[in-house]
Amino acid sequence: MSDSNDNYVLEISGVNKTFGGLKALSGINLKVREGSTHAIIGPNGAGKSTLLNTCIAKLVPDSGSIIFAGRDLTDGMTPHGINQLGVSRVFQTPEIFPELSLLHNVMIPAFAKRDGFFKFNLFEWLRDEKQLEGEAMHYLDNLGLSGSAEVHAGSLSRGDKRRLELAMCLIQHPKLLLLDEPTAGMSRHDTNRTIDLLKEIKEGGMTKIIIEHDMHVVFSLADRISVLAQGAIIAEDEPEAIKGHPRVREAYLGSAEI
Amino acid sequence: MEAINPSSGRKDNLTMIAFTVVVLTAPLWGKLIGADYPDLLQRFAIFGLFAIGFNLLFGLTGYLSFGHAAFLGIGSYTAAWSFKLLSMNPIPAVIFALLLSGLFAAVIGYVSLKRTGIYFAILTLAFAQMSYNLAYSVLTPITNGETGLRVLRDDPRIIDTALGVEIQGPLLGSFFGIEMTGYSGFYFCAVMLIAGFYVALRVFRSPFGMKLAAIKSNQTRMEYTGYNPKPYLLAIFIISGMYAGLAGALMVIVDPLAGAERMQWTVSGEVVLMTILGGVGTLVGPLLGAAIIKYFENIFSAINESVLLATFDFLPEGLQEFMVTIVHPFVGGGWHLTLGILFMSVIIFMPGGIMEGIRHLTDWIRRRKE
Repeated sequence: MSDSNDNYVLEISGVNKTFGGLKALSGINLKVREGSTHAIIGPNGAGKSTLLNTCIAKLVPDSGSIIFAGRDLTDGMTPHGINQLGVSRVFQTPEIFPELSLLHNVMIPAFAKRDGFFKFNLFEWLRDEKQLEGEAMHYLDNLGLSGSAEVHAGSLSRGDKRRLELAMCLIQHPKLLLLDEPTAGMSRHDTNRTIDLLKEIKEGGMTKIIIEHDMHVVFSLADRISVLAQGAIIAEDEPEAIKGHPRVREAYLGSAEI
Repeated sequence: MEAINPSSGRKDNLTMIAFTVVVLTAPLWGKLIGADYPDLLQRFAIFGLFAIGFNLLFGLTGYLSFGHAAFLGIGSYTAAWSFKLLSMNPIPAVIFALLLSGLFAAVIGYVSLKRTGIYFAILTLAFAQMSYNLAYSVLTPITNGETGLRVLRDDPRIIDTALGVEIQGPLLGSFFGIEMTGYSGFYFCAVMLIAGFYVALRVFRSPFGMKLAAIKSNQTRMEYTGYNPKPYLLAIFIISGMYAGLAGALMVIVDPLAGAERMQWTVSGEVVLMTILGGVGTLVGPLLGAAIIKYFENIFSAINESVLLATFDFLPEGLQEFMVTIVHPFVGGGWHLTLGILFMSVIIFMPGGIMEGIRHLTDWIRRRKE
C-alpha cells in the first residue's frame, strides 16, 4: 500500500450511544482512508444509520470522538458547520425540498458551498447565476434528471428523489460523502447507473461511507467493508476477505445473495 | 411558489411597468368601482405595503407572525415624533420609522424565532400585545396614551425652525411645500408602494428568496446542506417588520395622529386575512387582499338602512321591508359578516386565495382557446 492510503479522512474512536437501556453503538472504532469507499453492512437495527447520524451531529454520542479535518465532530459542532467542513449526507428517506423545482433543489446546496452558511446581500440579484445554473443542470443530467428540471421535486418517485438528493450532495464536492442506502427503491437499471456514477467520482478522490443492503452495490464499490451487528463492529476487512469471514456469514451474509 | 428564475428578467420588468401604471392611474380606474377618493386609495397603498411585507415573511418562510401590528404602531409613533421634533417633511419620518421598526423587529424576531409554528405565532402575539398595553399605560409620555400622539403647533421641529419653514393653516405633512393630503398624499404613498413592491419582487427572485423558500420546504435539509436558517429568518423578519413600520409611518404622514389601537391584535389579524385572501406566497395577492378588504370596509360599512330602503324601492312595500331586514345585518356595522363569508368561501373553495382563482381562470381560458 502506498503512503497516501494511510491518510485517514475520518477517525471514529470509542463511540458509544445508548437509547434508554438499549446499547445502539458500543465502542465503535473506524478509520476511513482518504479516497476510499468504505461500506458498512449489517442486519437491520445494527446501528448503521445511528453511526452516520453521530457523524453529522444529528446525534451526540455518549462518549468517544469523531475526528474529521482536524476537528472533533462530536464536540459541539452544528450540522451546518459539519457540512461546511466538507461532509454531505444522503439520507435513508430522501431529504429534499419538495415544493421547489429540481433545478433549485440542486442550486441551493451549490449556493451553500459557494457563499457559506449565511449570506445577505441586497444586490445579489444583479449577479448572473448562469454558471451555477449550468453546473446544477450538469449534475441533474449525470443522474438522468435533467428532463424534469422544472418539475417540483415532491412529485418524483422515491428512486428519483434519491438520485436528486445524490445530485444535491455531489454538487458540493464534499471531502466525505455519507450514503445511507443510496440505491434503495431504484430499478436495477438506475442502480447500475448510480454505481457507475459513484465509481466515477471515486476517481475524483472523494471519500465515501456507504450503508447498503444490496450486496451487488457493496461489492461493486467498496474498498473496505465493516460489518456491524448489535452496535459493534464484528469484522472489518477487504471485500474478498469479508465474503469468507465465518462470523459475518453467520451474522448477516448467510441469508443474502452475493 | 414564485422564486428565482434568471430567465424571468424581462417578464419582471414588464410586471414592474404594469404595476407602476396601475398604481399611478388608480384615481382613474378607481372611478369605475366608486373608489376614486384619495382617503380610500391611500389606505389601499398603505395596507398593500403592510400585506406585501407580511407576505415576505409568511409567504416565503411559512412563519406566521401574529404581531405585525406592533411594527405598524412603532412606525406611526416614530413618524409622529419625527413630525414633532424634526420636520413636517415625510422623508425623515419614513427613514426613522424604517430604522426603529427594523430595530424592534430585530429584538422581537431574535426571541420569537427561537420557536416555530404556533409557538412562534404566540410569541409574536405576546410581544405585540405587550407593546399595545405599554403604549396605553407606562409609555404615555411617549405615546400620549388613549388620546393618541398629536402634532402640535408649538412642537420644536428643529429642522423646520432652522430652515425657517413656517406651516400655514392646518398641521399636515409637507413634502417640500406639497401638503400630504388628498391626492398628493396618495401619490406619496403610491411611490412608496411601488418601491416596496420592487424590493419584494427582487427578494422573491434572488437566491436569498430561494433559500427562504427552501427553509419553508425542508428546514432539516437546509441545516445538513450547510445553512444556518436562523440568520435568514431573522433577516426576512426584520425586512418584513420594516414594511409594517413604513406603512405605519405613511398613516401618520397622510393624517398626523398616532394611536395605540394600531398595535392591537385585530390589526395583526387583519394583515393575515389580507394575505390569505389574496394568496399566500404570491407577489400581487396580498395587495389584492388588502385592497378588497379596505374596499369592502368602506363601501359596505357606508350602506345604512335608508340606502337599503332606496335600493329596494322598486319592490312592493312588504317585500321591500323583508329584503331590507335580510340584507341589513350584512352591511353598515355588520360588514364584517360579509367579509367573513367572503373569507370563508375563498378558504374553502380556493385555498390559494384569489390568485389561485385567477390562475384557474387563465388556465381555463387558455384551454378553451386550444
